[in-house]
Amino acid sequence: MSRKTTNQKAWLFVLPVVVLVAFNALIPLMTVVNYSVQETFGNNVFFFEGVKWFEEVLHSERFHASLLRQLTFTSIILIIEIPLGVAIALTMPRKGPWVSVCLVLMALPLLIPWNVVGAMWNIFALPDIGLLGKTLNSMGFDYDYTQQPLSAWFTVILMDVWHWTSLVVLLAYAGVSSIPEAYYQAAKIDGASSWAIIRYIELPKMKRVLTIAILLRFMDSFMIYTEPFVLTGGGPGNTTTFLSIDLVKIALGQFDLGPAAAMSLIYFMIILLLCWLFYTLMMKDEEK
Amino acid sequence: MKRFTWAAPTFYIIFLMLPIYWLLNMSFKTTNEILGSFTLWPNEFTLENYIAIFTDPTWYNGYFNSLTYVGINTVISVTVALPAAYAFSRFRFLGDKHLFFWLLTNRMAPAAVFALPFFQFYSAVNLFDTHIAVALAHCLFNIPLAVWILEGFMSGIPKELDETAYVDGYSFPHFFVKIFIPTILAGIGVAAFFCFMFSWVELLLAKTLTSVAAKPIAAVMTRTASTSGYELGLLAAAGSLTIIPGAFVIYFVRNYIAKGFALGRV
Repeated sequence: MSRKTTNQKAWLFVLPVVVLVAFNALIPLMTVVNYSVQETFGNNVFFFEGVKWFEEVLHSERFHASLLRQLTFTSIILIIEIPLGVAIALTMPRKGPWVSVCLVLMALPLLIPWNVVGAMWNIFALPDIGLLGKTLNSMGFDYDYTQQPLSAWFTVILMDVWHWTSLVVLLAYAGVSSIPEAYYQAAKIDGASSWAIIRYIELPKMKRVLTIAILLRFMDSFMIYTEPFVLTGGGPGNTTTFLSIDLVKIALGQFDLGPAAAMSLIYFMIILLLCWLFYTLMMKDEEK
Repeated sequence: MKRFTWAAPTFYIIFLMLPIYWLLNMSFKTTNEILGSFTLWPNEFTLENYIAIFTDPTWYNGYFNSLTYVGINTVISVTVALPAAYAFSRFRFLGDKHLFFWLLTNRMAPAAVFALPFFQFYSAVNLFDTHIAVALAHCLFNIPLAVWILEGFMSGIPKELDETAYVDGYSFPHFFVKIFIPTILAGIGVAAFFCFMFSWVELLLAKTLTSVAAKPIAAVMTRTASTSGYELGLLAAAGSLTIIPGAFVIYFVRNYIAKGFALGRV
């Protein structure tokens, strides 16, 4: 890091990126800010409303309910996917032809378009003709994700585990495979148990990639839209309506631009704040 | 204990393959068989669903549209990210750290927040329903990603390479194209893979920004599902076909996948 030279002309290299991203990020974001402080009665006539929409959103029970559902969903996802991903990465083969086979098969769900993931699980979990639904029902479980909130949650979570655990596996695997062979030999000489190897060699070495994994899984599960929307459409009732789904319902379904814009900004701020916390913690760790 | 370590990955892979198997299974069935009975493999094996897709322009154009905007996006993202990543990895300049964090924030922006403003913005500049609109919109999250990945790869290359080239009398553009780019070819491959991946799987923005001429395959699927009843066989066949490009790309970069995920600050 200390070998970097100061050179203000480097801005010229960054300029294309800044222009393109600003074009995509700042102009739309300004539109959102603009809507969030105005009221309209149609015909493109707008009135300045100040922070009215923000107050309304922050006090609305609907927003609280979606936020609570979102937080519950994200916590469950993190609690399941991170340990599961680490466990699979630790038990994966380290060399030989099976490594490629495992990596390719595991990466497959990550490259399927998100609505196809939703459609696939929709078909897979149908209680009458889907493999999962039929199996569960014939085992005696009363399972129907289109009618029962509990089944719907179970399906959405199982789908997300199916879809994204591989990301954690790949990251954790990359972390583990960067550990030099000498560490294992030293542990063997000391007569360390396999648990001790995991606890004192592998987990500490994976810390960095795991932080990235948690950060990515947090962001992506907090922004989840397409998969649950295709799978359950936010139902039954509103039981699987997460923040993004609710936002699109308000903005494009009811065309309540003001509240939708205010909600967008609050939503974005929550993600930004939590990610900033993560980011600073990560950087602090690196400085040590 | 060592003897059973294969069990966890094996079960996990079986779990991953089950829904995909079910999708494939359904794509080879007739609509009657799907709705009429529960069978673990197609009894009346049929290619009807696939033939329907390959002979109907609304279906196969969907694939071309998707591949077109994904291709354009990958080229744009990697091209503009190369010099930027070089600047971040080699120089210190005014506001570099803030700029880097600002780029990161765009990866965190929920697509749902941007859907409506994007629609209005691209309509206003007459780009609505074009491939370039979707390609540009996807730059929002792909350029930051490409910059991080490339910056990670470039930081791994010693600065002596640059200095030696200057001593040997190379001009900067000459050095960048002739020496530097070939050195980080693996990094470019990984960055392109991730840009391809995220642009290929994203649907919300792609759907919002298109209506007919540039409609992605994934959107064609949802439209068909809702208008012409529930043709599960057709839906399953179309879904199965969307897995193929991804599988190809993974196969080509399989040796770099794990590395790419772990790099730097992704």
